[in-house]
Amino acid sequence: MNAPNPPLRILIVDDEAPARSRLRDVLADCAGQLPVVIVGEVDNGLDALNLVQQQPVDAVLLDIRMPGMDGLECAAHLNRLSNPPAIIFSTAYDAYACQAFDLNAVDYLLKPVRADRLVRALSRAHSLSATTLEHLREAHPKPRTHLSVNEKGRIVLIPVADILYLKAELKYVTVCTAAREFLIEESLTRLESEFAETFLRIHRNCLVASARIREIGKLPGDDDGHFLRMDGLEERLMVSRRQYSTLREKIKSI
Amino acid sequence: MKRKNHNNRQVELPNFCHLGVNLRIALTVEAALVAGVVARAPNVPAFWAEFIELSALAQPALLLSLLALCAAGRWLRSLPYRLGVGFTLALAVAVPVLVTQWLKPLLAGTTVFPLIWVALFALLIGGGLLAYFNLRARALSPAITEARLQALQARIRPHFLFNSLNAVLSLVRSDPRRAEHALENMADLFRALMGDARQLAPLEDEVALTRAYLELEQLRLGDRLQVTWHINKMPADAMIPPLVIQPLVENAVYHGIEPQPEGGEINLNIYLSADKVHIVVRNPIATDGSHHKGNRIALANIRERLLLHFDLDAQLKLEPLGAVYQVHIVIPYTRERTQPAPAHPHRR
Repeated sequence: MNAPNPPLRILIVDDEAPARSRLRDVLADCAGQLPVVIVGEVDNGLDALNLVQQQPVDAVLLDIRMPGMDGLECAAHLNRLSNPPAIIFSTAYDAYACQAFDLNAVDYLLKPVRADRLVRALSRAHSLSATTLEHLREAHPKPRTHLSVNEKGRIVLIPVADILYLKAELKYVTVCTAAREFLIEESLTRLESEFAETFLRIHRNCLVASARIREIGKLPGDDDGHFLRMDGLEERLMVSRRQYSTLREKIKSI
Repeated sequence: MKRKNHNNRQVELPNFCHLGVNLRIALTVEAALVAGVVARAPNVPAFWAEFIELSALAQPALLLSLLALCAAGRWLRSLPYRLGVGFTLALAVAVPVLVTQWLKPLLAGTTVFPLIWVALFALLIGGGLLAYFNLRARALSPAITEARLQALQARIRPHFLFNSLNAVLSLVRSDPRRAEHALENMADLFRALMGDARQLAPLEDEVALTRAYLELEQLRLGDRLQVTWHINKMPADAMIPPLVIQPLVENAVYHGIEPQPEGGEINLNIYLSADKVHIVVRNPIATDGSHHKGNRIALANIRERLLLHFDLDAQLKLEPLGAVYQVHIVIPYTRERTQPAPAHPHRR
């Protein structure tokens, strides 16, 4: 036989305390079959992201339904790490999500979790590919609470509520908040449909946070040119002729 | 209330395009024709001769009448019942009369029936049939009401069931007493959920059930779920439809508390005012609006059950009040164990 493997380092993420303690109990029960060490226990996705970056974690037991950042979004951010941990989703009941997991051959746990299921899932746990995660999130369409980028090996989270505008530039999208700018590798069209309730399109290459629009004005000397000012932003953003009328309608209805 | 049947719904004209309705009409008309001919014919050969003769006129008239009724059916049913009956009869008389008029030259040499006879025959048969359909609708609909009430039986969210089971499992080793209590609560809840949705239940029992449910939710949500009860002025003996309060509170937890990381407070206010029982449930409005649809289904279910039990005497109002969502139910105050509305005639 091989030399004994080092114990698997596990992080438990669930918003319900009894669910976390149940997982702890079951993991303790199967210690004989599968040596594990629980490196942490958190009740939300943000804390999970912090913890994973502070200490090495082999596998994350991740509840799907959590308030704020849900499990699927948390997994998407974790995936920005160069060496992401394995992820095992858990859920009490989620017909659509489970269907998507089966379709994409992603192992998941149904709560209440049984010891043998848990051992099997952990022993073949692996990290998820970006495409798989994308498929899973499509089955469960809920706008993310944060966008994320990997800067020098660390995940930087950008709260969607802080974003002033998103601007497409070549193969990147610039994300502008009052504090600074970020470059992310996503498509503007997908961002537009994901955050349809938050952002408005003002130009072929630009989405703005509708709640942060301060004024819309006319450019002097140009019949059709309009510009837009945002709260906390010096810069004036150009409104295209095509988007101007729809923009006005939407502003009125807000 | 004259035109209303047991379940307080309007009696409607039958759907004349339905096969069953057509068959009933056709068979009745044929039976009446046969009876009429039997009465006139002295012997069997004469019966056949006369029946065939009559059929040449009666069958086209019958078929065309059915076609006309089916074509006009939607319009007739949209009219007030009395007006609908009037137009139906007019149509049922007019078509045979016109057919008789039109076929007259073709049927030369045979017995020609006076138009007035044809009209009278059609009117009698038509009136009799409509009376029959009316009685039939009245007799059947209480059964429909009962079936509807059973079908609307509140269902537990699977999400809640499995999360609660999980929470109880986590307690079995560390705190067996709390686990026992939680299982007792679950037993009460499931007994009620599988009970008879048609009988009214005492308000205090419903409140106790809601408490059992909330204890289970508090087990898994902990401090995130705060509950305030205002039930000092509650008429404990009032009889209300079962499982109205619990699903409302379940909705409040699911939509108002669970999506919020910091949780929130659910406020229950039950009181008697002007001989009506008021039930008011408030919860904070969650910032993430991800599941509104389930909410509407649950509320539509409760609304329909209130309608079946109390007709228009009960109300359900949805009131978004800024950061708080309020559901307000008003039910007539009754202490009788039996149904106030005759929606439950115990006929089997």
